[in-house]
Amino acid sequence: MNKKNPVFSFLSSVKLALFTLFLLAVTSIIGTVIPQKESMDWYIHNYSETTARLFQVLSIPDMYNSWWFLGLLSLLSINLIVCSIDRFPGVWKQIKADNLATDLKRLQKMRLSASWRSDKTEEVLAAELTSKLAASGWKAEQRKRDNSLLLFAQKGAMTRTGVYIVHASILVIFIGAIIGEIYGFKGSIMLPETKATNFIYQFGSGDRLELGFTIQCDHFDIEFYDSGMPKAYRSKLTVFEDGKEILKKAIVVNDPLTYKGITFYQSSYQGYDDFVLTITSQQTGVSETVILPFQQQQTLGSLNNTKIGIINAQAMGQTLKTMKVWFKDDLGPASTFWLNAGEQATVERPDGKYTIAGKQMYATGLQVAKDPGVWVVYLGCGMMILGLFVAFFMSHRRIWLLLTREEGKINVLVSGSANKNKAGFEKIFTTLATELEADTK
Amino acid sequence: MDSSQLLGITTFTYMFSTILYAVIFIFKAKKLGPAATIFTILAFLVQTVGLLLRWQESYQLGYGHAPLTNMYESVVFFAWTIIFLYLLIEWKFKTRVIGTFAVPFAFLAMAYASFATGISKEITPLVPALQSNWLLAHVITCFIGYAAFAVAAGLGIMYLIKNLSDSRQTTNDHTLLGTLPPLKVIDDITHKTMVFGFLWLSVGIITGAIWANSAWGTYWSWDPKETWSLITWFIYAISLHARYTRGWGGTRIAWLAIFGFVSVIFTYYGVNFLLSGLHSYGSN
Ligand code: HEM
Repeated sequence: MNKKNPVFSFLSSVKLALFTLFLLAVTSIIGTVIPQKESMDWYIHNYSETTARLFQVLSIPDMYNSWWFLGLLSLLSINLIVCSIDRFPGVWKQIKADNLATDLKRLQKMRLSASWRSDKTEEVLAAELTSKLAASGWKAEQRKRDNSLLLFAQKGAMTRTGVYIVHASILVIFIGAIIGEIYGFKGSIMLPETKATNFIYQFGSGDRLELGFTIQCDHFDIEFYDSGMPKAYRSKLTVFEDGKEILKKAIVVNDPLTYKGITFYQSSYQGYDDFVLTITSQQTGVSETVILPFQQQQTLGSLNNTKIGIINAQAMGQTLKTMKVWFKDDLGPASTFWLNAGEQATVERPDGKYTIAGKQMYATGLQVAKDPGVWVVYLGCGMMILGLFVAFFMSHRRIWLLLTREEGKINVLVSGSANKNKAGFEKIFTTLATELEADTK
Repeated sequence: MDSSQLLGITTFTYMFSTILYAVIFIFKAKKLGPAATIFTILAFLVQTVGLLLRWQESYQLGYGHAPLTNMYESVVFFAWTIIFLYLLIEWKFKTRVIGTFAVPFAFLAMAYASFATGISKEITPLVPALQSNWLLAHVITCFIGYAAFAVAAGLGIMYLIKNLSDSRQTTNDHTLLGTLPPLKVIDDITHKTMVFGFLWLSVGIITGAIWANSAWGTYWSWDPKETWSLITWFIYAISLHARYTRGWGGTRIAWLAIFGFVSVIFTYYGVNFLLSGLHSYGSN
């Protein structure tokens, strides 16, 4: 596109950027004041019929996904792209510039310059200056120019790209968000202990979504602080695929399980009135887990047809504290004893010992997400921080040394410039020039 | 000595610091300068010990978390960061009058934390969602950004006051405002402080997003706190571009520094009390 094209210059202008950023900032406020994603009835009830209709027309109830808000974000992206197309070639030219071909008259006029004379020969002087510069990290090149010799050294030429890395990072983040939107999903499932599922419910639509594998909740428990506040919600999960156990992990909030790009987050739970009991024979190691409703007995087929039941229980609010277990075989009277929730006890029967653990039954609430774009978003975030750091705190610094024969001596002219933090560079330059002069006079 | 006593003392020492800097400014008592600095450093050390002690006390209670998890602790940390940044600026730019405009923010924050009703000073355990190192990184980086913006706003106010009298041509080296640094210098420090804040706010928003993703599987959900931090970020992005590419400076940037800080306050405080969202834990 022609750079003089008015559309191009409009789309590349910083004025447009300021305008778009301003509109984004102002309109974003709307969604923080008007609750989002409520039902139409809710808006009618809390505002008025007309206001609610107006909201609907303007997509206010879901404004961050509305055509006009996404339009503003697109405008920002186009602005960024066109602006970079417009400016970046110029910046690249400066980075790749042949600084040894620079106009010699310009060197004299630079704000930072110093000069002195030396009795040494040009070659000796050039070699000495080169090694002195190298000692403080400046790698000098040289070239014959007319009757003079020009030395040049620079640092941080690539830091000129910093701003463009920041700008690109915003586009990368948007791309990551779009990838997540297209190829990802979000949903949830409430999974009772010992139960498994191969699907979840999608957010928004509530549609069933097949996982392609099975996930089972083996165990759920809540750990409390002494004050009674919850300390941790923990679900032990097992992944099965084609009937085979693939993966086991105990998840807590902030530490999810991921399998095949799908991540399961601990998000809520639900308590039941039922009990989960695990009975293990200490002789054979055989173990059976059963779910028991209150005051119902169940036969344990794999443990010599022993029978188990809960005949009494005490709870604090919704939380089970202790339960009275009834356990029997054909060899004698039943054993009964109190067992604290979450603990285990040993029971001695005529034919051997059993370990019995009991707890309240829960369902774990899992949030489920697949977002293949998240790493792209993180890449963009990394680029942004790197780019901001470079743009704000680093600069492109250049030093020229011109050696000219004058009245039998060599005149050394040193000049320098920096594209940012000029005050900081002035100090460095002055020190360096003084040192070079002292060492080569 | 426990941490709450030390932090209580801090409130008063910062008040005294504020008075010292104000006296230096108003009565041109330059000789008091070193005293003000030393006193502020001492107050800062007291607060540092207070924060560390509070950290240790949380371990004794069996909770064991950094003192950065509720409104009280975050306001105290905010004050700490402001003083830290101010002392850095004083040392780097060798000017003390800025203290008159920066230290009061720290005092006000401490006074608010100590005396406002509805702010609990208790050390409480962390609910599961808050048990994350990303949260720690998020809070620290955000507050460094916020503190920088507070100092920038102070500098903005200073600029506007000086500018007002300059334009009335009442300033010369002997008047009150004559002791303020030249407008160009104030402008430069304001800009540098905003740039510094912008970098940290960006990191703060990013670490917050990573935390949200590790806890819920969504890095961005447009909850009011997130949205307001983004609005604040936009405001500072606008300021940077207006200055860098359109040559805005002086009064306009001073206003933007103040305006940006109003947005910071709203993000930090207003959202918790006026709007609802995921971050409402901050309200106790
Ligand atoms: C949220 C979005 C944006 C962010 C975070 C951002 C960030 C930045 C930063 C940090 C700088 C460096 C400023 C300095 O060195 O003080 C900068 C410079 C600049 N930005 Fe942006 N920017 C954004 C959007 C845009 C847009 C949409 C445009 C479109 C025109 C734009 C055009 C420029 C230009 C022309 C410069 C100066 C580059 C130079 O020559 O050094 N920015 N931007």
